[in-house]
Amino acid sequence: MTAETLLEIRDLKISFATERGIARVLDGVNLTLRRGAIMGLVGESGCGKTTLARAVLGILPSNARHDGGTVSFDDRDLLGMERRIFEREIKGRRIAFVPQDPYGSFNPLFRIGDQIMELMKWKSPRHDPSTSRWGSLLARYPRSHRDADREAALAMLREVQIPQPERAFKKLPEEFSGGQRQRLMIAMAMMSNPDLIIADEPTTALDVTIQAQVLKLLKRLAKERGVSVLLTTHDMGTAYEICDDVTVMYAGQEVETAPVAQFFASPRHPYTVRLLESLPRPGAEIREIGGEIPSLLKAPSGCRFHPRCERAMQACSDARPGLTGDGHVVRCFQPMAYPAEVRS
Amino acid sequence: MSASNQMLSVQGLSRHFPIRNSFGVRTGAIRALDDVSFEVKPGETLGIVGESGCGKTTLGKTLAGIHSPTTGRMQFEGREIADFTGPQRRQIAQRLQYVHQDPGNALDPRWTIRRSLDEPLATHTTLSRRERDARVAEILASVGLPSAHLDLYPHEISGGQQRRVGLARILTLKPRLVILDEPTSGLDVSVQATVLKLFKGLREAFELTYLFISHDLAVVRIMCDRVAVMYLGRIVEIAPVEQLFSDPKHPYTRSLLAAIPQIGGRRVTETFALEGEPPDPGKLPAGCRFRGRCPIAQPTCETIEPRLAEVGTEHAAACHFPGG
Repeated sequence: MTAETLLEIRDLKISFATERGIARVLDGVNLTLRRGAIMGLVGESGCGKTTLARAVLGILPSNARHDGGTVSFDDRDLLGMERRIFEREIKGRRIAFVPQDPYGSFNPLFRIGDQIMELMKWKSPRHDPSTSRWGSLLARYPRSHRDADREAALAMLREVQIPQPERAFKKLPEEFSGGQRQRLMIAMAMMSNPDLIIADEPTTALDVTIQAQVLKLLKRLAKERGVSVLLTTHDMGTAYEICDDVTVMYAGQEVETAPVAQFFASPRHPYTVRLLESLPRPGAEIREIGGEIPSLLKAPSGCRFHPRCERAMQACSDARPGLTGDGHVVRCFQPMAYPAEVRS
Repeated sequence: MSASNQMLSVQGLSRHFPIRNSFGVRTGAIRALDDVSFEVKPGETLGIVGESGCGKTTLGKTLAGIHSPTTGRMQFEGREIADFTGPQRRQIAQRLQYVHQDPGNALDPRWTIRRSLDEPLATHTTLSRRERDARVAEILASVGLPSAHLDLYPHEISGGQQRRVGLARILTLKPRLVILDEPTSGLDVSVQATVLKLFKGLREAFELTYLFISHDLAVVRIMCDRVAVMYLGRIVEIAPVEQLFSDPKHPYTRSLLAAIPQIGGRRVTETFALEGEPPDPGKLPAGCRFRGRCPIAQPTCETIEPRLAEVGTEHAAACHFPGG
């Protein structure tokens, strides 16, 4: 791990105990996120991208089991850390979250301002997390802190272009549109001055013109403040828009990581290639990927894509391929060759 | 062109939903569909695009008879259907079918695939048992499923196969016009490719006419012959698909096209300029509905609402300054 690296996930394995058996949802995932970079985690439903994001945030459901691997954030081991310390110092402070559904994520009964100030009371950069558990529950919220937090919150709302922040503070969530609620969510994530924001499909619920506005905002704020973003999305267009690097996942395994330009110009893993080809393109035949996404209860051995891969050979079902490449890394025994102009 | 040559002809169609206060007194109306007119030719695919709340689903449901129109005429195969109810409407339903977002969800979990496919035939036709069985087998094959699936229950097949069965169920009655409401929304791109390919195949095999309702312009571009763009209950532009994409006339269409990310092209986050959000559909502004967000709005736009007017061959836009 170098000083440049903020988040490093090594060989992470997570499984869920279900009624029908053990689902191996993450099967040895590796991911490295640089400081200040925006990493797109792309893949189809059920590929494990949300589970990965939740593992970093420490909000996995209770039937999840950690079978191995590490998550280190700023040189600290998140999974081995004492729960209390993680909740107090990391969650919501140094790692913040932007959820997918801006409609369901606010309490409909409380005013926006109250919800923001409740968050600020515990997670503001002015709050001292070192007080003991009971001490912090009894601690007062000093007026000087509260006033400073309120000013910071209003400034943040101005940043995300919420009109008339003072009045917005007194409104209920239902008085805001979906796009505005997602702006509020981004504002709330930024308020604790985090190092990392995990955005789980932040624009999926929004219309295309609103999506463009929200992506623009997220990118600007992240770059201005040097915040790293781990953005999960199933939409390749979103990944292209704001990411510096892209990692593709398939059925619980990461298959390819590359800087965004190289990723779209010369994908090397057969799955990535087929995924990009299945995007609708004007004037071209529709190309589908044969077969279906495997059940994670009975996941294929080796490279999990091999039953659907036309380049598969015996070795692919025996063992999972190692990493090849530098900067643009791919897990495949026989990846697609680089086109000549990219290699130079 | 006389209306009888058209598969579907819609004139001045409106559907308003009342807004009531806490005493149940009507205080206004949401004009979900406001004076919409268009025609669908036999064999073509007409795309209806727009953002949430633009009225595209209300349009589909009104045509399918799920909502009754507030005002306006709808002619289907030369017959006026706006006032049809009960048995008359059911007869039309054989030839004009509405497909929900995930047709697989409509299957009864306690019925075998065979029974699900047989039911519409038993209800709507007078075919004998044997003829119905033959039709069911034929339809199942046409959506690419083996006949062994007939005796399975929905939970025994995958989601993608359920979707195919749901479509087969709609096709058993041999409809002429199929309204597809957001058929690819929420699907992964690889599944979407499979579904779109299936729709194209079925269109050819059954000589279907589609009304393709979607918010996804990239999908509409590869599926449709003509496209109508809706904004707040109105059609703001209608044109053949390539013409719409290469030479959009309405400023809203332009913004919509500019907002789609183009992989390998310019980044929308660097160039996109449309500010604001659509107004409350219960409190529409006077004049043009788009003027609050329009980059080229003029004083005229505040007072006079533009009508849908010809701007080229088969190309109409509702703007005072089309292409301006």
